[in-house]
Amino acid sequence: MPVRVMVRPREYHDSVRLMQLSERVRRESGVDEAILMMATENNKKILRASGVLTSEASAARADDLVVAVVAATEAQAEAAMTLATEQLAQRAASAGVRHAPRTLDSALAAAPESNLALISVPGLYAAREARRALEQGLHVLLFSDNVSLADELALKRLASSKGLLLMGPDCGTSILDGVALGFANSVARGPVGIVGASGTGIQEISVLLDRMGLGISHAIGTGGRDLKEAIGGITMLQGLQVLAADSATQLIVLTSKPPAASVARTVLEAAAWVGKPVLVNFLGADQLPAAQGSLHYAASLEETALTAGALLSASKQLPLLNPAAIAQLAGQLAGRLQRQQRYIRALYAGGTLCYEALLHLRSELDQVYANVADSEESRYDGQGRRPGHILLDMGDDAYTLNRAHPMIDPTLRMQRILQEAADPEVAVLVLDLVLGFGAHVDPASLLVETLRQARAEAQRGDRYLAVIATICGTDADSQGLSRQADILRQADVLVVNSNAEAARLAVAVIKSATATGG
Amino acid sequence: MTDTATVKLPEQLVVINVGLELFADTLREQQQAVTHVQWEPPAQGDAELLDMLDALL
Repeated sequence: MPVRVMVRPREYHDSVRLMQLSERVRRESGVDEAILMMATENNKKILRASGVLTSEASAARADDLVVAVVAATEAQAEAAMTLATEQLAQRAASAGVRHAPRTLDSALAAAPESNLALISVPGLYAAREARRALEQGLHVLLFSDNVSLADELALKRLASSKGLLLMGPDCGTSILDGVALGFANSVARGPVGIVGASGTGIQEISVLLDRMGLGISHAIGTGGRDLKEAIGGITMLQGLQVLAADSATQLIVLTSKPPAASVARTVLEAAAWVGKPVLVNFLGADQLPAAQGSLHYAASLEETALTAGALLSASKQLPLLNPAAIAQLAGQLAGRLQRQQRYIRALYAGGTLCYEALLHLRSELDQVYANVADSEESRYDGQGRRPGHILLDMGDDAYTLNRAHPMIDPTLRMQRILQEAADPEVAVLVLDLVLGFGAHVDPASLLVETLRQARAEAQRGDRYLAVIATICGTDADSQGLSRQADILRQADVLVVNSNAEAARLAVAVIKSATATGG
Repeated sequence: MTDTATVKLPEQLVVINVGLELFADTLREQQQAVTHVQWEPPAQGDAELLDMLDALL
């Protein structure tokens, strides 16, 4: 097994870029292993475990880059190293600058007309960078998490006093004037403005609206904690103000998990005064108030899109399955299962999609567990085997400590799929594919590869594995919604038209299977 | 209480990307102006040193 290891001194690339490159080298050159990592102490342990910690790599500094491949032949190893070198060189070339600025201040000096800073540095340094950007008069999209609540409040107060947006922390999605920031889909421009505390919540609503012929004016991310009592909804209130004043926006959608009671009151009061219809999606709220005046409510992401469609007389319907069609499909799938196959395993990249599915499963089935469950007794952290219906948000902090988010690096989810396939009590897998900017170049093909293995595993136990997929994407996304759907369908994956539909269908399969006792 | 000034979104977005190159990539894919900051942990990641540096600035 030829092993080639190269150390490139003082060459820094961020961990996500390195993971992307590793995956690409592995995929394109067919080598067993391709690892690109900075030579930090932690990473050296990983290199050692992979059998590629040569003495040169061991002596490397934390700001040196290690490139290692394990191949079947010398030629393959050589080809992989060449590809890696080419890819590493490309970054500097495409940037068009020989020496990229190394600080926010020097970037601003080079491009003084800049008006927004997109910050994704490690949490420890993030608040400083965000503060600097705000002080310089820039709006901020703060992708970084691990920023303290106190820092968030101070930053948002500063932003607010200067008429600037601090979108975050932990904000991965915004669309301003048609420009996607972070992870977002290519959706049409149109009359719906969204303010959201959740990235995949914004994404799902925006793609469903796009499917109905309704476009987005702006989608303003607030970060996951904006509606906690301590923060008071500062960014959501700013977002409301922006969309109220925006002439292109006819309907405002607010989406998040239920806010603190006092914050909900403040936000709803502000929303009632906006002078445009506001559709409120507090996902998982115990009771939905009746629509009143210009305020409307929706319980799920799907219902949000459908309600917006009704309010704006959308030109197209979402091609959702009616209950009879669901029952029929469910019956067909259930008929192929063995008696002991009785559980759903839903493995999600999108946190809010996972949560939406959890809400539905919990309302229809017993024994539902999740790593993102609200209650202690329903919480399952993914370790060890556990009977029951399980939903895992694979983008949760516990899974992303040393790996990129599953939208970028699907490895952990793929491993989990194989694990579930080996469980004789598993009947249905539910999976989400998130397309668009920042997402993997071809998640469907990767998934199909893993499913092939998963199905082979289930076959050994004479089991059929039902697989349901929801795709959060559009045909305008580079991955192409229809193309991705076709790849999945050809692999016997049932592709549905919304995340809520995936949950409905999965539940229907289980009910059908347990009803017939087969 | 929070002082608030009216938020005005820029006419034309001009972005500085500090951190993951991925995000600069997505902006370039959209033909959007972006300056990428090749950010690395400052002062070898020493938080105390960082604070001292800040106090100087």
